[in-house]
Amino acid sequence: MSAITRETVAHLAELARIEMKDDELTALASELEIIVESVKSVSDAVSDDIPATSHPLPLQNVFREDVVGNTLTAEEALDGAPDAEDGKFKVPAILDEG
Amino acid sequence: MTDIIKLSAAELVAKMESGELTSVEITQAHIDHIIATDGQPLDADNRAAGKSGLNAFLHLNAEEALEVARGVDEDRAAGKELPALAGVPIAIKDLIVTKGQPTTAASRMLEGWMSPYDGTVTQKVREARMPILGKTNLDEFAMGSTTEHSAFGVTRNPWSLDRIPGGSGGGSAVAVAGYQAPLALGTDTGGSIRQPAAVTGSVGVKPTYGSISRYGVIAMASSLDQVGPCARTVMDTALLHEAVAGHDPLDSTSQNRPVGNFVDAAREGAAEGGLKGLRVGVIKELSGEGFQEGVLNRFNESLELLKNAGAEIVEVSLPSVKEAIGAYYLIMSSEVSSNLAKYDGVRFGLRVLPEEGPITIERVMSATRAAGFGDEAKRRIILGTYALSAGYYDAYYGSAQKVRTLIQRDYAKAFEVADVLVSPTAPTTAFKLGAESKGDPMALYKGDIATVPTNLAGVPSISLPAGLADEDSLPVGIQFTAPAHEDARLYRVGAGLEALLESQWGAPLHEQMPDTLELIRDFDFGA
Repeated sequence: MSAITRETVAHLAELARIEMKDDELTALASELEIIVESVKSVSDAVSDDIPATSHPLPLQNVFREDVVGNTLTAEEALDGAPDAEDGKFKVPAILDEG
Repeated sequence: MTDIIKLSAAELVAKMESGELTSVEITQAHIDHIIATDGQPLDADNRAAGKSGLNAFLHLNAEEALEVARGVDEDRAAGKELPALAGVPIAIKDLIVTKGQPTTAASRMLEGWMSPYDGTVTQKVREARMPILGKTNLDEFAMGSTTEHSAFGVTRNPWSLDRIPGGSGGGSAVAVAGYQAPLALGTDTGGSIRQPAAVTGSVGVKPTYGSISRYGVIAMASSLDQVGPCARTVMDTALLHEAVAGHDPLDSTSQNRPVGNFVDAAREGAAEGGLKGLRVGVIKELSGEGFQEGVLNRFNESLELLKNAGAEIVEVSLPSVKEAIGAYYLIMSSEVSSNLAKYDGVRFGLRVLPEEGPITIERVMSATRAAGFGDEAKRRIILGTYALSAGYYDAYYGSAQKVRTLIQRDYAKAFEVADVLVSPTAPTTAFKLGAESKGDPMALYKGDIATVPTNLAGVPSISLPAGLADEDSLPVGIQFTAPAHEDARLYRVGAGLEALLESQWGAPLHEQMPDTLELIRDFDFGA
């Protein structure tokens, strides 16, 4: 487990789609380093024979009949969107043409 | 008017049934107190500057609340059958979606957003005919333990205005502790109901995972999140838990089993001999080192009371609890990074265009998320992205899930010798606002040590007041934990201890709280 550098954080920020300024990257790198250092013992505390628990209580997949329920109208669903047109979400260009 | 707002939900119901009070009178008294103590009715500038008062509310819903109250009064006058809590006003954490009122999660990302639908708990509150007073403040997206990470200003502790109200549900805890509402709904991912209850001298319950529907609750960490009740008495939390619990086909993690008899359990616990023979396990790892002396003093006195009431005190050990904070922060942040991916500036909320360069969707997402999320949200998203990234997944997320198994085994073993487990809720009383250690997030995260293990295990917990610490005269919380689906035990032991403590104090602890209006008058908000 390598140390967290400014570059590591820049890469993570790109993956997470959060634009970050230089000072943010530097501050986060040192904070993450502290966090990661102190959670390291977690991997030392376990061994291969221990099963992982993803949910606190046993869950089973739930099925229902494939029928139309009480759903939102397109208008209601679009009401909180930053931009909409012709009953659809409107987004900026998907491809970088600049 | 002061008397009305100090009454418990159970007392309010009795007074409405006897005709002594109407729901309109009750609702109006609470609205008046919110306006008097929360600030210039929720003025945005004051709020942002943290200057307005308690600042427990982000939105006041006075008109609709009074309309609901009027309807209840009319139906009661006409002799119609009403639900148990009809006419009792309630505040709702602003993480739960409500039709007709804004839902912000205390984030710029959702400022001004109106949900097109009600969460299931909101729907249940409406079916229970409870006037909704408004939406309460929180740490952004429920991430934090001080409410300082709200984008809309800090909430202040009514015991001392320069102290934290706890978090993330500081708003809901302060609303009930500060007499602004008899009841409130909160959510608890790692202690967000219980730690604010502890530091504000109120009662908060994190039910068994899946006991209350999470449909329409903005997700933080889905395998940990749980909705729960906040109030000033154990009985009131039992009443609210019963009113909003139950299976919900819209939440696949919702437990399909009958709701327990929490109110009966609370009544039995408070009755003479109600705690006789109850085996109470003191958690060795959570009742000594690292806990403030005044916290331990009150805790040990409570144990003494339980013993004198016929409970059997045993010591239990949860050895894996020392890894709980690490495992919790890995699992929680991983789930956060996934759950918060939906805030992309496309379907709802904020959209920010980059200041320069081409306007592409990816650049708009990055600019939107940079502007919309606060520091703590960003920190946790980045940590989660790291924990889930290729090459680290097994070491971090995978190991944390295994620790979760170990912690569950520890609990199972402890419950072989004890009916409930007990520890202080938080290591300290409310610390000062702004004291969060800069540059070392772990120092603050460690304060969650007693609360996160139960979220990891999915078991239910209650926090109730155990008195005031000697050092600072601030409230101390005591926490009981029961096995999954045995929430009723919490209400039994909680109400039992509450009765023992109150007979010692001569009155509920909140009677010792300073007068909020006087505190606000004398407080320098500019400081």
